[in-house]
Amino acid sequence: MKAKVHVFLKPGVLDVQGKAIEGALHGLGWGGVEHVRVGKTIEFDLKAAGADEAQAEVKTMCEKLLANTVIESYRVEIVA
Amino acid sequence: MKSAVIVFPGSNCDRDCAVAVERSTGSAVEMVWHQETKLPDGLDLIVLPGGFSYGDYLRCGAMASLSPVMREVIQAATNGTAVVGICNGFQILCEAGLLPGALLRNEGLKYVCRPIDLEVVNAQTRFTAGYQGRREVTMTIGNGEGNFFADEATLDRLEGEGQVVFRYKDNPNGSSRGIAGVVNRQGNVLGLMPHPDRAFETELGSADGAILFQSVLASA
Repeated sequence: MKAKVHVFLKPGVLDVQGKAIEGALHGLGWGGVEHVRVGKTIEFDLKAAGADEAQAEVKTMCEKLLANTVIESYRVEIVA
Repeated sequence: MKSAVIVFPGSNCDRDCAVAVERSTGSAVEMVWHQETKLPDGLDLIVLPGGFSYGDYLRCGAMASLSPVMREVIQAATNGTAVVGICNGFQILCEAGLLPGALLRNEGLKYVCRPIDLEVVNAQTRFTAGYQGRREVTMTIGNGEGNFFADEATLDRLEGEGQVVFRYKDNPNGSSRGIAGVVNRQGNVLGLMPHPDRAFETELGSADGAILFQSVLASA
């Protein structure tokens, strides 16, 4: 089974990279761009009996390591 | 007094910390590799040094907070041993859940490296008692992700319970409420972004950092 974990800074937590990229896009002429956020995707294979079990397992991984829930939110995608 | 400096792969202030603690306090200092599963007996102080543990992979301090030795550090902290995390050490303490909050990328996106004036907000801790009446001290900072963040409720609680120990006179990195250092509720775990280990002799521009280590010695 394949897992994809998307991690972003929570809304309200200043994303300075996002702000810098937004400024650069404005500079290139895309003045309508707003609210740029930079996150990361972590992908891996894992062995699990089913998608639900994999989802639960990866959620625990996020809580323990992959995300810092003080500042980040995460979304798990399981692809069979 | 007996101290230990924990060495992670990528730590780069570990020897600075050892020299600073030795010269400030006369304490014997043991270097402890992060893979150790046991700390030396009878420690009065554990220092988590600055640097780029695990190359700052994933998040600053995230991987280091899960090193085998950290289980022992958490146990020692729970038992009341003094623990100070400086810079990357502060990030590790937050990631380990020993201190509240987190350290974000600096507001200006720049690595900031210079001497900095700090307000001693709480001089009643075992780390700051030696400053006595002094309200202002100077240390240096060197960080790219030193922007302290916690939600408003946590910040209010930290301020209300005297857990804010140091505050920047002139906020260099966007830290919430200018917070430079916090202590846990029990008062035995301190994390700070400024480096007392780079300010322990007047030749270094300031000897104010020495007082922090001496305070811990006095409380041991």
